[in-house]
Amino acid sequence: MSKKEIKFSDETLALIQRIIRRYPEGKQKSALLPCLHLAQMEFGGWLAPETMDYVASILNIKSVEVYEVASFYSMFNLKPVGKCLIEVCRTGPCWLLGAEDLVRHIEKKLGIADGETTADGMFTLKTVECLAACGTAPVIQVGETYHENMTCEKTDSMLSDYRGKNEVVTHWDKKHIKA
Amino acid sequence: MGKQLLLENIDAPGINTLEGYRANGGYRALEKALKMNPNDIVEEVKKSGLRGRGGAGFPTGMKWGFIAKPEGVPRHLVCNADESEPGTFKDRFLMQKKPHILVEGMIISSFALGVNTAYIYIRGELLYVYHILEKAIAEAYAAGYLGKNIMGTGYDLDLYVHPGGGAYICGEETALIESLEGKRGNPRIKPPFPAVSGVWGRPTVVNNVETIAAVVPIVNMGGDDYAKIGIGKSTGTKLISASGHINKPGVYEIEMGITVEDFIYSNEYCGGIRNGKKLKAVVAGGSSVPILPADLILTTAKGEKRLMSYESLADGGFQSGTMLGSGGFIVMDETSSVVKNLWNFTRFYHHESCGQCSPCREGTGWMEKVLERIVNGHGKQSDVDLLWDIQTKIDGKTICPLGDAASWPVASAIRHFRAEFEDYIKNPQNIKDEKHYYNLRNEKAPVA
Repeated sequence: MSKKEIKFSDETLALIQRIIRRYPEGKQKSALLPCLHLAQMEFGGWLAPETMDYVASILNIKSVEVYEVASFYSMFNLKPVGKCLIEVCRTGPCWLLGAEDLVRHIEKKLGIADGETTADGMFTLKTVECLAACGTAPVIQVGETYHENMTCEKTDSMLSDYRGKNEVVTHWDKKHIKA
Repeated sequence: MGKQLLLENIDAPGINTLEGYRANGGYRALEKALKMNPNDIVEEVKKSGLRGRGGAGFPTGMKWGFIAKPEGVPRHLVCNADESEPGTFKDRFLMQKKPHILVEGMIISSFALGVNTAYIYIRGELLYVYHILEKAIAEAYAAGYLGKNIMGTGYDLDLYVHPGGGAYICGEETALIESLEGKRGNPRIKPPFPAVSGVWGRPTVVNNVETIAAVVPIVNMGGDDYAKIGIGKSTGTKLISASGHINKPGVYEIEMGITVEDFIYSNEYCGGIRNGKKLKAVVAGGSSVPILPADLILTTAKGEKRLMSYESLADGGFQSGTMLGSGGFIVMDETSSVVKNLWNFTRFYHHESCGQCSPCREGTGWMEKVLERIVNGHGKQSDVDLLWDIQTKIDGKTICPLGDAASWPVASAIRHFRAEFEDYIKNPQNIKDEKHYYNLRNEKAPVA
């Protein structure tokens, strides 16, 4: 991505301005986490250093303040990811009810290991900690969607659905940005 | 089914909209509260005996009473919707199905505390629920329940949702405050407590989603009547997230005081153990609380039936009891391995340690490493004592309770299932044998 491309859309910028106003005057740094989610939404699902510098400039804070936060929270990807980030819950009840089998299945099916991206750039597999959906375990999150009570068969059809759509899917879904 | 104060009409059509919520009695408590003196609302909450539903169980009315009120300094209410404790999913369920009960609870609680700007901090993974809450809040503004001069009372309140970024530690209230300020979620040293110096150095109350929602029925029925539900100091109803090897996983609202046995086996609740298997162990209040073997979860060491309440679950202390915690009730059948489950939990705590305090940062990783070699068949005889030793050096020695939360599962697993650890170490050939059930509790078999 070249530097000149890094600019939020007008709609997203307007949303960011509204979000900043939720916090007291001078405390605009509080808008950092929502801004990073929006940055991942607009700039390919991950945060390049240039993207983080751009967010810093919008919030009028130092770049390092963005780096230290982005590297702390597990939802921010500091390396490129595939169009669909497949997040499989690996904790407690999901694990008791077969999350490990799902991970092995996806690894085999896509030919990638946990943390890797398929050669075509479509999928990245990531195991994550408890998603607060233990009653419908095992659970896979893709973008904002929770796929619950998963089985290997359901995972296969989920993957082919996403492959068919061939779109970039992010946690903050674009459909929530109003023009 | 006992009284349903929070989940009442949860499946009514349109309950997620303001109109549908009102049609089912919603916002009546707000109308009542706005006619009351704010201090009287705090008194009702004190009388109700409501205790924090996030895990610690601290009396909510007392917590509210601590908020400092210096002249000219704004104060804030922050709802902790960072639900991340493994085994817990009640807040997500409630917010998704009935967002207005949280909005109504936030308005009443803010009014009681003299707060004019309040926030709901929701974990980042739940961005879809973030949008559900935003919609509910927009409806509440449009109806005049939020904004300036609410219902002509002269009271102003703005309510906003704030997404996290994926960090269990932000469920700890001072880490949550740091995160709300746009920083890493490193817990703060207390004192000062948030009630004196919280978000942006201002007096702040942080309450769990379920706690805030419970304020709605408390105002509706009065604190005294709420306190009549439940048992002893465990008043009211509690949302329990039931998961694991049971026939009917899900969120249940129980009147505190029902027996654990009833909760596990009755068709009203979990409906018994899946596939006709026997119960082996339960983690009753989210991953952090001590695991108990079947006999001790059903009956206290004194031989009394154990109840779903703060006191009964804690009966026997850590020697033979556990905690209600967040109500994340994880059931394990006879085929599950306590040792492997512990390795899984320990990996979680290692992953989620913020890294601020060495005992937690280093200790959780060390315990994970030891457990990993045990579950892979490379454990040493000395490993069990080593694990015990490491956990004693984390427990109570960190800024926030994450260190304790990482220690307790280890201590309790060894306390009650030492024989299983030893079987892993002595007979590694059994690990790959799926028919080898690790029913090894210290001298006792699982009960039906």
